[in-house]
Amino acid sequence: MENFEPKIVGFLCNWCSYRAADLAGSARIKYPPNVRVIRVMCSGRVDPAFVLKAFSMGADGVMVAGCHPGECHYIEQNYKAMRRFYMLKQTLVAMGLEPQRFELVWASAAEGQQLAEAIERMTDNVRRLGPLRWAENWADDPQREEALQHIVKEHEEALEVIS
Amino acid sequence: MSKGKLALYWAASCGGCEIAVLGIDEHILDVAKAFDIVFWPCATDGKVRDVEKMPDGSIDLCLFNGGIRTSEQEYMAQLMRRKSKVLVAFGSCAHEGCIPGLANLYNRKAIFDTVYKEGSTTFPENPQDHRPQPITDVPEGKLSLPLFYDTLKTLDQTVEVDYYLPGCPPEAKNIWAALVAVLEGKLPPKGSVIGLHTTVCDECPRKRSEKKIKKFYRTWEIIPDEENCLLEQGLVCCGIATRAGCGALCPQVNSPCIGCHGPNDGVEDYGARLMSALASVIDSQDPEEIQRIIAEGIPDPVGTFYRFSLAASYLRRSKAFGGDGAAAAQPTPLAAKA
Repeated sequence: MENFEPKIVGFLCNWCSYRAADLAGSARIKYPPNVRVIRVMCSGRVDPAFVLKAFSMGADGVMVAGCHPGECHYIEQNYKAMRRFYMLKQTLVAMGLEPQRFELVWASAAEGQQLAEAIERMTDNVRRLGPLRWAENWADDPQREEALQHIVKEHEEALEVIS
Repeated sequence: MSKGKLALYWAASCGGCEIAVLGIDEHILDVAKAFDIVFWPCATDGKVRDVEKMPDGSIDLCLFNGGIRTSEQEYMAQLMRRKSKVLVAFGSCAHEGCIPGLANLYNRKAIFDTVYKEGSTTFPENPQDHRPQPITDVPEGKLSLPLFYDTLKTLDQTVEVDYYLPGCPPEAKNIWAALVAVLEGKLPPKGSVIGLHTTVCDECPRKRSEKKIKKFYRTWEIIPDEENCLLEQGLVCCGIATRAGCGALCPQVNSPCIGCHGPNDGVEDYGARLMSALASVIDSQDPEEIQRIIAEGIPDPVGTFYRFSLAASYLRRSKAFGGDGAAAAQPTPLAAKA
């Protein structure tokens, strides 16, 4: 996996973390382009379904980033994001996902540098883990086609014997 | 007026759905009046080859219960789809995989190890470690067994499904209502769930106030009072995320909803919805405390959030046991957490 570049979906809140990313841009702070940023109004808007869907569709990692606890634009929704994060993470780990693939980051609008570092750290971790390719977990059995055709053939032969 | 043709089939499920059909009591006579039952292996004498001889689309209604675990079940799903005008995923297994779908936390090798090697009732009667083989050569020719898949699929992951009837098993009144809808031609748009479009909470008579949970209790740890919301008392009651239609049967006997009717309209991943709702009622802002509340109260998260719907969820199965079992040497999901 030498040339593997992970795809990381980043859900960044409008009021802090997305602005942190903006700040990183205007301050010319470099961070890996592996994160595909999706702006949400609040980290509390991130439904666990978004995260699960991202993994099922080929994301190698998912980052949720929001305002620091106590600083949420919507008073306390980032606490809900935090509770959902831990609950979802426990479920994902039980399903065999490496914990480094799912991270929660707090970054205020002034913390472009910190966000860039968090993205860099996560990208490195996920790169080391390699591709996830979740959908391959349920790939068809290599013998499936043959087994199905065998049933058809057996039934055809059985019909001939009777008629 | 000629009678309609009705078929019922049973794949990877426990058989409860078949019994549930008989739960409609004397209405079964009305069913017999309205339909010719052309195929129902559990209750009538019929052969697969009879179905194979029928013209395509000649069965008016097929109620198919069970998920797809083997090649034989997949073949039967394809056959019933071809022969039926309306195919209904009947019950939680066909709809969402249900309890058999929880085996998606493991794979064929791990399941066979349990059944043929480590099971307390099989060992040591299988010293040569025999496993079912799809094809076995014998002097008389080839003997075959259905191929057992690593991953259980739901019916609609296998063939096109027209309607869904939720529940484990579907309640008699809902079965009868669905049959009446078919007879009267008053079916909802194709692809929809036949049933209510609200949640179990709306049918639950318990008193609801503010939900703030400091600790989740397991059902054996407390005897809840009979008036107030079970979730507010700390039990993981899945009613908040579960489609109504059962009449809140479980909460009415002091037992939390376990989510057998699956998600409501517009929800694609039941567990995600349940996690989202449950997490928001935890009464803590401290990361350590939150993690402790979750870990202590919900020791089996997949079995709690996806008890009926793992196979139909976005992730469908666990990762550690994916593929052909190459990774099966890893600890089981439960052991990995401990």
